[in-house]
Amino acid sequence: MANRTDASTAHAEGAMTVRRVAWETARFVLSELRPRGSILTPFNVITGAIILSGLVLIVIRFAYGLGSVSNLSQNYPWGIWIGFDVITGVAFAGGAYVLTFVVHILKVKKFEPIVRVTVLNGFLAYLFYAGMLLLDLGRPWNVINPVIGNAFGFGSVLFLVAWHFMLYMICEFLEFSPAVAEWLNWPRARRILEGLTTGAVIFGITLSTLHQSGLGALFLLAPSKIHPLWYSANLPVLFFVSSIFAGISMVMIESFFTQKAFKDRIGHELHAAHDSILLGLGKGAVGALFAYAFLKLIDFVHYRQWIYLGTPMGYWYLFELVGFVLLPTALFLVAIRTRNAKLVQFTAFLTAAGVILNRLNVSVIAFKWYETVRYYPSWMEIWVTLAIISMELWVFRWVISRMPVFGGAHQVVEAEAAEDMEVVVWKASVS
Amino acid sequence: MKLNRRLFLRVAGMAGAAGGGLLAGGGPSAQAAQLHRTSQGDVEFNGMLIDTTKCIGCRACEAACNEANKLPTPAASFSSANVFETTRDTTTGAFTVVNRFPNEKKPDEPIFVRKQCMHCDQPACASACLCKAMEKTKEAAVIYHKDRCMGCRYCMIACPFDIPKFEYDSAAPFVWKCDFCNERQQKGELPACSEVCPTGATLFGKKRDLLEIARTRIYKAPDKYVHRIYGEHEAGGTGWLYLMGAPEEKLGLRTNLGTTPYPELTSGFLYGVPLVFVLWPSLLFGLNYLIKDNKVSEERKILRGEQD
Ligand code: SF4
Ligand code: SF4
Repeated sequence: MANRTDASTAHAEGAMTVRRVAWETARFVLSELRPRGSILTPFNVITGAIILSGLVLIVIRFAYGLGSVSNLSQNYPWGIWIGFDVITGVAFAGGAYVLTFVVHILKVKKFEPIVRVTVLNGFLAYLFYAGMLLLDLGRPWNVINPVIGNAFGFGSVLFLVAWHFMLYMICEFLEFSPAVAEWLNWPRARRILEGLTTGAVIFGITLSTLHQSGLGALFLLAPSKIHPLWYSANLPVLFFVSSIFAGISMVMIESFFTQKAFKDRIGHELHAAHDSILLGLGKGAVGALFAYAFLKLIDFVHYRQWIYLGTPMGYWYLFELVGFVLLPTALFLVAIRTRNAKLVQFTAFLTAAGVILNRLNVSVIAFKWYETVRYYPSWMEIWVTLAIISMELWVFRWVISRMPVFGGAHQVVEAEAAEDMEVVVWKASVS
Repeated sequence: MKLNRRLFLRVAGMAGAAGGGLLAGGGPSAQAAQLHRTSQGDVEFNGMLIDTTKCIGCRACEAACNEANKLPTPAASFSSANVFETTRDTTTGAFTVVNRFPNEKKPDEPIFVRKQCMHCDQPACASACLCKAMEKTKEAAVIYHKDRCMGCRYCMIACPFDIPKFEYDSAAPFVWKCDFCNERQQKGELPACSEVCPTGATLFGKKRDLLEIARTRIYKAPDKYVHRIYGEHEAGGTGWLYLMGAPEEKLGLRTNLGTTPYPELTSGFLYGVPLVFVLWPSLLFGLNYLIKDNKVSEERKILRGEQD
């Protein structure tokens, strides 16, 4: 807090030139970059080691090609870097569009305190998964081709997904940016950015709908390669619906950890409301789970999938469906009825495991299930994944402990009335 | 009708993906859509007819392909018969391979089957590629533009025949596959493999003519052939056609590909994109507007009050 007030009093003096603002801001940001508290905590040491060794693996990957660190092959061109990090990770980032819809569109105030942290998580997830995607590309420097219009593959689902990833990251950043403005203590910027929120939210929800389902649509092109129990023309819808409960469960899981790790950052208000927020989220999740189970049932009948049930893949399918879709649905219902927040939280873990299972099934496990030599990730692929997650946690922690993320908007020192007028004029001129 | 719809979908997908705007941007000519047709329009597709009953496993095609494409010299020479011990796959350095399969009718005359890119009429790989690195030419060949590829390997996921191969051991990898000797075709020459084939088992020509030849052969020797032409309808039809001396599953050919052209599998989804782009924002803005007056939070009320 000390840093904030320093900067804010300086700012409030008013007569500051732009150069001084920039200078102050730079100094402030620099001071914020310095770590706080003790450095040698077990968490830091472990994740730090993972990140460092992960970086070494990444260097090897770029020097000697994908084959040097991964178990990918001609038969399995996509492994867990795509199947887990991207396809699963993006589903978990779905919490942001679900919550912004509920809070900004439906105006449900109850969830307001967790919107910022969820959007932050979503944004960071995309940032790091997009980075992950670059690691997986053979020629990442050509990633600009579909962006600059060198050659647009309009008929490609991947083209759509790539563009939407990019645009959505901008939306999420805009949604989160008021918190950054509060942190930098720029009331004027915050005002403008707040004004953009609704637009960003609406555009963001639209983009999310499309690329969450787009991830499923990617696999429409592999009808003869994915086991019939998992292949469906409904894949886009299934992916979209599951991203809703995947996102919600992830919000609950995150809150489980942040409640523990960031006790001091979380206000009393949020702490007190926590149980009721959890129960509310549980209700949302159970609705999406119902819809999902129903869609699965339709596929089951439509594709006559019962004929595969007696096979090993059939058992695996039942395991996924009963253990990680039907069971969580039932548990959520019980938890909501008995108002048991603990059970909701537990079920969130179960649901998330189910989403991981399902996404890995579609993209890796049921993909080319008929091959004799199967793909399994190398330890190095797993290690790099862990390193990326660790990096994300570090950045998340850094933002959490600096910016007003929990409990919604913070009061910033309001600038003079003249400044407000300028904002109004500016807004009027753009609209 | 179907083709027009596909064209529409493509334009629609483009408009949507570029960030909204229904059907904006100039419509590609109807001619472009016609090019996807088999043996119709002003340019007929070229094709290749592989007659597995004529192939003697001499591997001259492999050697010619290797030379024409300046591929690395393989470990085992092209005259070695040992390679038939295992079923081989194409690699980044071998765009076509000949495999041997037992002949149940005549055990002493095994059946040899070539494998290479099928040059689909509507290729899955090209519809998957997000930077048009895979492209179907109007003559037939599905070619690869090295400079555009970003190495995402989605073409490999999509190709029903598992043809594109990726250089996993390179820091600047490419995807490799047969390109139907596109350059030779442009110069009016035959594809290298077809030129050297001593038995005529690899016959180059217009796809329509090849289909006729194939049907005639089946008609004249009904006992010799399976009464199907592999590739006529597989995955929407391919440029390479196979006359089979044994059912396809005995010859290492995929059987469950269906007859839908692969681009159509995703066109329904892409068709929905512009719809969502128009519908969602309108609905959401409406909803937002509707609810605003009822449940507006205190903070926002103040803000609005100042601005009104
Ligand atoms: S066989 Fe595969 S690589 Fe060849 S054109 Fe068809 S989809 Fe493309
Ligand atoms: S690997 Fe290259 S050719 Fe294949 S889909 Fe990706 S960009 Fe296109």
